[in-house]
Amino acid sequence: MTAPFPFSAIVGQDEMKLSMILTAIDPSIGGVLVFGDRGTGKSTAVRALAALLPPIKVVQGCPVNSASKADVPDWARGAGKDMVEVPTPVVDLPLGASEDRVTGALDIERALGAGERAFQPGLLARANRGYLYIDEVNLLEDHIVDLLLDVAQSGRNLVERDGLSISHPARFVLVGSGNPEEGELRPQLLDRFGLSVEVASPKDIDTRIEVIRRRDAYDNDNTAFMLRWQAEDAGVRDRILTARGALKKLKTPDSALRDVAELCLALGSDGLRGELTLLKAARAYAAWRNDTALTRSHIKHVSAMALRHRLRRDPLDEAGSGARVGRVVADVLG
Amino acid sequence: MRGSGASWLTSLAEAWDHALLALRLVALDPALGGVHLRARSGPVRDALPLPDGVRLHPAIGDDALFGGLDLATTLATGQLQSQTGVLDRPGSLILTMAERCQPQLAARLAAHLDAQPRALILLDEGTDDEAPPAGLCERAAFRVDLSGVALSDITALPEGPEPTAHATLGPDIAAQMTALGAAYGIDSLRAPILALRCARALARLDAMATVTEEHVTTACGLVFGHRATQLPEPLQEDEPQQAPQDDVPDTEDRQGTDLDIPDELLLEAVRAMIPDDLLDRLRATRATAGKGAGSGAKTRSNRRGRPLPSRPGRLDTAARIDVVATLRAAAPWQTIRRNETGRVGLHIRATDIHIRRFEEQTDRLLIFAVDASGSAALARLAEAKGAVELLLTQAYARRDHVALVSFRGPGAEILLPPTRSLVQTKRRLAALPGGGGTPLAAGLDSAGELAILARRRGMTPTICLLTDGKANIARDGSGDRARAAADAQTAARMIRAQGIEALIIDTGQRPNPQLRTLAQTLDAPYLPLPRADSQRLARAVDAALPA
Repeated sequence: MTAPFPFSAIVGQDEMKLSMILTAIDPSIGGVLVFGDRGTGKSTAVRALAALLPPIKVVQGCPVNSASKADVPDWARGAGKDMVEVPTPVVDLPLGASEDRVTGALDIERALGAGERAFQPGLLARANRGYLYIDEVNLLEDHIVDLLLDVAQSGRNLVERDGLSISHPARFVLVGSGNPEEGELRPQLLDRFGLSVEVASPKDIDTRIEVIRRRDAYDNDNTAFMLRWQAEDAGVRDRILTARGALKKLKTPDSALRDVAELCLALGSDGLRGELTLLKAARAYAAWRNDTALTRSHIKHVSAMALRHRLRRDPLDEAGSGARVGRVVADVLG
Repeated sequence: MRGSGASWLTSLAEAWDHALLALRLVALDPALGGVHLRARSGPVRDALPLPDGVRLHPAIGDDALFGGLDLATTLATGQLQSQTGVLDRPGSLILTMAERCQPQLAARLAAHLDAQPRALILLDEGTDDEAPPAGLCERAAFRVDLSGVALSDITALPEGPEPTAHATLGPDIAAQMTALGAAYGIDSLRAPILALRCARALARLDAMATVTEEHVTTACGLVFGHRATQLPEPLQEDEPQQAPQDDVPDTEDRQGTDLDIPDELLLEAVRAMIPDDLLDRLRATRATAGKGAGSGAKTRSNRRGRPLPSRPGRLDTAARIDVVATLRAAAPWQTIRRNETGRVGLHIRATDIHIRRFEEQTDRLLIFAVDASGSAALARLAEAKGAVELLLTQAYARRDHVALVSFRGPGAEILLPPTRSLVQTKRRLAALPGGGGTPLAAGLDSAGELAILARRRGMTPTICLLTDGKANIARDGSGDRARAAADAQTAARMIRAQGIEALIIDTGQRPNPQLRTLAQTLDAPYLPLPRADSQRLARAVDAALPA
């Protein structure tokens, strides 16, 4: 299989790219939802994301990618002593995945062969400390959605069955993509995504031409193309690492907190999740920009992606919730 | 080389030849995604040289697709044995009865195609507006409609020379193709990417190292023709506006491909491939866009309907047990449970129970909102009544429910709540008096309320509005034309926000532009029928409703 299309070679779609970078800087932002028409590069961007993420240190052979020996769950077999560096896991959740495959289930081979009750980890274990990607998230079966919500909320995956009682950490960034024409997403799941972006085909003819040129080069002159853009990707990766460091030192003035609260109040977004995410996203953005303190301009820049999916639907507004956020931001923050 | 240069390409006039060529192209370059073949099953389709590949059907399950645990062998050997799915087998994928394919299967196949270049041949036997899922059609480069092909038209495409491994293409062509796609209103960027690939594949079929003008024009025609959503600016203008390649002064990086194709040539090539019924088809797709096939919406059920994967669950009076799935869930535990209890025989616990689930279609409800105001009564009330009666007959045949709302004078009135009684509806309709002002907003409001109520009761409502659009009574009952029109727009937005399907029939003497705007707000098909009799009206409504 050939390497995926490089992240930095994606033309335009700045909001989508920025949202993914922000979650890489601060995974606690809580995931990205990408909604858009067919052929706009949604899946391409997510599949390219893996190459962008800095590697993580894990206990060798640990099924849940534990960061230290103490964290390795007691049921895990084959976990070694050494620490190894592995790429950040990006796990694809196929639409047809059964509940057993997602949460993990009884290890059939050992159950039948040795009559032992052992646990075989599922996709949630593999996605721990990484990303879980769901394409066509709006077509996902309801019961899998409920299960994911539960795990994403608690950060732990709990399997209870016939005396098999297993729990393991499952902290992951949820990335979903979908086409709104094929179905809406339940508000509960919508709210669980930290950021939400809407993508559309570029309307500008030169941008479109550039997209086609790069895709053509990727298809027909792969080696040279990858050489050039993988270097760019490495640059972005370094910048993400720098930003992670800068995030710790970033100052958050009280005025910024007030701005965030006022904005969310004016928009009437449900709950406090909006405030928290907006603040985290704005801080990550400031770190990405390598600024020392959080300012109003950072908040403005990320407010649409952090809040647009948390508004109550207004039937009298046809411009879409992104434009509504923009209007309120202009009103409140000037 | 095939005879005199590439002239064989220009002789490809018939759909049959296009089908053969498309199949050959995807065989050469599977990354072209595939072919959407629209043809009824019959001798013509059977005569197509379909590649040997994996045949899929729309109801295929995940087990068969992706493989999984082979329970029988695993139990017999005590070793974990998995079986391969059909997607693991090499070759092209052939999806039969593709118009029946559900979005879930389409999403799985699309993910599979994205992961590895593979040709998917969609055998589409759909009639009218039935079509395979848009996500799959979009990924297939070609669409060929064989419905007009007679058995006597069938000819074989001459065997070509050994294809070359690679064909080069000047950089300007990419720009030109992109501009062309945009000019034809093709939003997706997959189209120009596929067109580029197609041009290369054509050159390779021709055993050439470079792509020629003819390859580019043919590729544009094949890929863009069926995707066009608009016709570009008139061709007689000297230079189409979207011609960015004229101001790119590069001659070095053309790599010997000295191609300079006039834009008109490409425009014509695509236009020649646009089906004659483009506009009709567009209307049809717009009328059903995003609403899927079938009449009612889907709802989960445990009694009847299309089967869904079974789920672990509790046995109660409403549930039906899925025996096979239950046994399958219990099987791995048998050794452990036997050891624990010391009993032989089959051990099944409550946690193993799997429940059958089905998905059924809900009943459809047609809500007729009839304008009985003075202006409409004067013109067409009798005809509108006739049309509603005809539609009622059809609704009765399809076992749809109907409801009747009329609006005139100060407000609207629900003449008939949702019913299946044809006689009752006819009686109420015949007695419907005319006269008074046009409270369009009030009519839309009560139709919308009725629709929401019906949906709560598990029906799928469609509002069919018959009016001349001359709204002159506002919501508060005052006779203010401007306010009345604004109120009607607001009411329409409320209906749209609820996602209720609608349809507007303009019964005025001439089409009313205000009503067209209202239709856009409602995202509803608009049928201006200035001189229609009730028969034509009924036909038009029937065509605009999802089948």
